[in-house]
Amino acid sequence: MSKFLKSTALAVAIAMVAGPVLAEKFGLGRMALPEEIAAWDGDISPDGMGLPVGSGDALDGEEIFADKCASCHGDFAEGIDNWPKLAGGADTLNHDDPLKTVGSYWPYLTTTFDYIKRSMPYGNAGSLSDDEVYAMVAYILYSNDLVEDDFVLSNETFLDVEMPNANGFIIDDRAETEYPVWTGEPCMQNCKDDVVVTMRALVLDVTPTQENAAKTPEAAEVEAEVVEAEAEVAETTAINAELAAAGKKVFKKCKACHQVGEGAKNRTGPILTNIVDGAAGAVEGFKYSKPMKKVAEAGLVWNDAELSAFLAKPKAYMKGTKMSFAGLKKEADQRALIEYLRSFDE
Amino acid sequence: MSDKDNETSRSRRAFLGGAVAAGAGALTAGAARAQSPDPLITEIQPWAQEFGDGVDAVRYGLPTEHEGDVIRRNVEWLTADTVSSINFTPIHALDGTITPQGCAFERHHSGAIDLKKDDFRLMINGLVDTPLVFSYADLERFPRENHVYFCECAANTGMEWAGAQLNGAQFTHGMIHNMEYTGVPLRTLLEEAGLDTAGDLKDKWVFVEGADASSNGRSIPMEKALDDVLVAFKANGEALRKEHGYPVRLVVPGWEGNMWVKWIRRIKVTDGPVESREETSKYTDTLADGTSRKWTWAMDAKSVVTSPSPQAPIKHGTGPLVITGLAWSGRGAITRVDVSKDGGMTWETARLAKPGEKMALTRFYLDTDWDGTEMLLQSRAMDDTGYVQPTKTQLREVRGLNSIYHNNCIQTWLVRSNGEAENVEVS
Repeated sequence: MSKFLKSTALAVAIAMVAGPVLAEKFGLGRMALPEEIAAWDGDISPDGMGLPVGSGDALDGEEIFADKCASCHGDFAEGIDNWPKLAGGADTLNHDDPLKTVGSYWPYLTTTFDYIKRSMPYGNAGSLSDDEVYAMVAYILYSNDLVEDDFVLSNETFLDVEMPNANGFIIDDRAETEYPVWTGEPCMQNCKDDVVVTMRALVLDVTPTQENAAKTPEAAEVEAEVVEAEAEVAETTAINAELAAAGKKVFKKCKACHQVGEGAKNRTGPILTNIVDGAAGAVEGFKYSKPMKKVAEAGLVWNDAELSAFLAKPKAYMKGTKMSFAGLKKEADQRALIEYLRSFDE
Repeated sequence: MSDKDNETSRSRRAFLGGAVAAGAGALTAGAARAQSPDPLITEIQPWAQEFGDGVDAVRYGLPTEHEGDVIRRNVEWLTADTVSSINFTPIHALDGTITPQGCAFERHHSGAIDLKKDDFRLMINGLVDTPLVFSYADLERFPRENHVYFCECAANTGMEWAGAQLNGAQFTHGMIHNMEYTGVPLRTLLEEAGLDTAGDLKDKWVFVEGADASSNGRSIPMEKALDDVLVAFKANGEALRKEHGYPVRLVVPGWEGNMWVKWIRRIKVTDGPVESREETSKYTDTLADGTSRKWTWAMDAKSVVTSPSPQAPIKHGTGPLVITGLAWSGRGAITRVDVSKDGGMTWETARLAKPGEKMALTRFYLDTDWDGTEMLLQSRAMDDTGYVQPTKTQLREVRGLNSIYHNNCIQTWLVRSNGEAENVEVS
């Protein structure tokens, strides 16, 4: 804050606030109720203000992490595809390509609790209990070799954890290091003796092509098509709409990796359109695991029974599958999800 | 118009296009002379004979299909999923300064949510005299203001730190838009809740968060909150589009786009920054020695030539050429833009379409006569603090290569004698 107060313009702004701008009130809005404030006021500050009472250890955290986080962040918090890596990267910040994780970069542990509690798991934000969040933060610390596996993280032990990069930040110093240097009348003539091209973007060839753009008048119609597709689903009598609606909720667990329906693309997992009663390992352009390729060659069809078995315990059903998901224990969830996916069969 | 007619007029147009281009190349002084009468003029065209669309054919219009390539574009390899991603404004194809909402870049952290006005609630809590909840209708009863501001993602041009990477102004500089906002000053709402409880305001902050699953919380110093931050519900005269935060978003003039929280639901007065994920693990700038700058909120002066550029090559041959681009500063108004055609050896001062306005885009033009020689096109912005947009080399000397954010370097396009352009880096 101190750098801010040096600015006279802002000092004036503050003076104005104290002056006539503090006008009479409009009497609009209503008083927020304590229950409402409690529901939304979840931010947690570096001094621990806002931490709820609770606790959890790394072992519990590992289980929750495998179930709810590993499909994106990896079993060991190492990150899958472009999803964030949460562990590793110690002493890399001054390297060419620093690896910024909770362990190597985050200055405050409170940020981890605040963020997980409000925004994770992805696609099902706000669904974790305080104890679960404590356990997961403990597991992330353990993955970063910052605590032992029996460490119990609680509102009381929280501030005891030392973050390796706590002192790695400085407040914006551009006003001292840059602005005075890059100010003044710039050169207009004979500014350099010679100019050579040192690097070209075309060499890298990572720019999306215009071809996609040429197709795009259609893009405007996509939304309309989606609406139509949804209408069609509703009309199909074979689908149990209530069950499919329940399945849509279950699908939140899958959404981080899988897409289904109009405009779906392969992500960490393959497109799931036509998966019910469809051939296994058949989505074009998706790199399947070896065991999945094997069952595909053997002609496996994802009927209700096979899908249920796979969804119940993916890794037990197919050793070596890339699907890093703990499974749907409840049969009702399996049935609902399959019904939801069936609604996308074409 | 029948298909056959359509076919004929298309081929005529194609033929004529070639003839005109050849003529322009041959004659540099005076108007070109057509080789044969132009059938678009000498023959009655269907559009000059039949009816066009009646009113209400389109109840809310999109751009004509002939402009179908002027759209936001995404770079898929940048992010894991489109729900936490960014796309780019087609600045290479736009002119003037106002960005239409429909092609203004989007950045979401957990997707653009659908939030009805009736379901909108804005809570003000923390160190205030009375914690309040406002409905959308409440907001419309406070005195409101109109302001044009640019919104630039701190990561704009971030892919270019290590070298020339993406080939087009849309991709290198398209994480920016500029709109006219209508809204209520945040100061008005804070004063409605009362700030006596907060005591000395000098060291106080506000924490702002959105209603979406990411909530994207950010801490803003009280000085800024009371200065020019707007709680906005209209952009360019109409309701915010869903992807821009409908029904209400925060506007934080001149400061990085991540702070412009969309679907805003809560503003809390605090006695310190929350140090949320978005202001610690992200939107902090790592220097060469491994330490990182935080609270780098202001977007420094920057400019780019939008045409000619890789996606907007010169197609008309030699002769009159309009070089144009955009300039902006988060610390004031643009006062001057210089353009170089030789990679920075010599510069000429461009014409500003209008005097620069504080924290808004400024359009510049250099009306020139091109003789067909290769150009290394650059632009260099200056703002009313006297700051001069730096070169990439100057930035790297201070910050190294790993900053990701706040890359406001001078951009270079290599324009070849055939008019095609490429993103390059020069000595």
